[in-house]
Amino acid sequence: MMKKILISGIVILAFIGYVFRNKFGEKNDEGKVTAPTNLGNGSTTTTTTTYKDGTYTGSVADAFYGNVQVKVTVSGNKISDVTFLQYPNDRPNSVQINQQAMPLLTQEAIQTQSASVNVISGATQTSQAFVQSLRAALSQAA
Amino acid sequence: MRVTRLLMGMPITVELVDGDATADDIEAAFDEFRAIDERFSTYKTTSEISAINRGELRWEQSSPLMQEIYQLAERTKRETDGYFDIRHGQLFDPSGVVKGWAIERVAQLLQQRGRKNYYVEAGGDIAAIGCNGSGQPWRVGIRNPFNREEIVKVLAVSNLGVATSGVSERGQHIYDPHHPDRLITDIMSLTVIGPNICDADRYATAAFAMGAPGISWLNTRSRFAGYLIDRRGVATMTESFHQFVV
Repeated sequence: MMKKILISGIVILAFIGYVFRNKFGEKNDEGKVTAPTNLGNGSTTTTTTTYKDGTYTGSVADAFYGNVQVKVTVSGNKISDVTFLQYPNDRPNSVQINQQAMPLLTQEAIQTQSASVNVISGATQTSQAFVQSLRAALSQAA
Repeated sequence: MRVTRLLMGMPITVELVDGDATADDIEAAFDEFRAIDERFSTYKTTSEISAINRGELRWEQSSPLMQEIYQLAERTKRETDGYFDIRHGQLFDPSGVVKGWAIERVAQLLQQRGRKNYYVEAGGDIAAIGCNGSGQPWRVGIRNPFNREEIVKVLAVSNLGVATSGVSERGQHIYDPHHPDRLITDIMSLTVIGPNICDADRYATAAFAMGAPGISWLNTRSRFAGYLIDRRGVATMTESFHQFVV
């Protein structure tokens, strides 16, 4: 349990370090883990920490639009892999954020029905000429 | 008894199932349609709407029935965010709201005369009251917009209105008032089932003018159901539509 909290915390710090471009830290390649940070001017700085080999799953964190959960693999005392087990895009809610919130309506291909009916509902037959004629008549009434 | 006559520029049918229905009921129904046509037809130079369109008569001075139609049109325009608008430039064409309103008036007239089982149909819009000759809810077919000889859905309705707006194979008569020069081409027909034909007709016209999103708008109106058919022959239905399908 303590290990999980520790690893989660370290992974989060590593990301924070990446985002906020820490200036402290020194390069040391032996048994150390480095988290490169790009300062945007072509130079990088690093933070270093030591880990024990193994695979660690972080706790589920609420990122507002969904959950985040990471799995960290440490190999040769280095973070060799970080996998997202849960990410907000998994959840239907977050996918619809930019879309109008409305239920999906049922669709079907229309099919001819052979059953008899008492009366039929359909659009009235109209031709383009009819529409033109109507407009001409209305313009005369103006 | 069932009678069909050509009025208001379209075939109008009245079918009365009740055993005590008489020819007078039929005549009373068509007399009402005739009177409505005389007042609201934009093709008749003598109609009240033509006088309004010539500027000879102001809306405030017009008859109570004309003002009723004006209020109905305004209400529909508000409810539909402007997608229903009887005003086209300087002229008014209330036919989009008059048809359903007229059918509803005739249906109520027949009810006042004691009729309980009948339908009134004008240009594909229907007020279906009570039951058919077999004692069952009226069987209403939705016409295939790609082939007038076929139907693509069978509905069972009683004491409801069914209206279909749309494009026939040859042309279209509804346009988007927000973009008057743009033809509505993505959907072919939209059928609306509602508590009365007047409201069903208003909503069918307005929802059609919205294009494909019209069916989603209709889905938000409780007591109304819809069935939209697009140019691919794909139908989209509101959540409550299935209740009416046979």
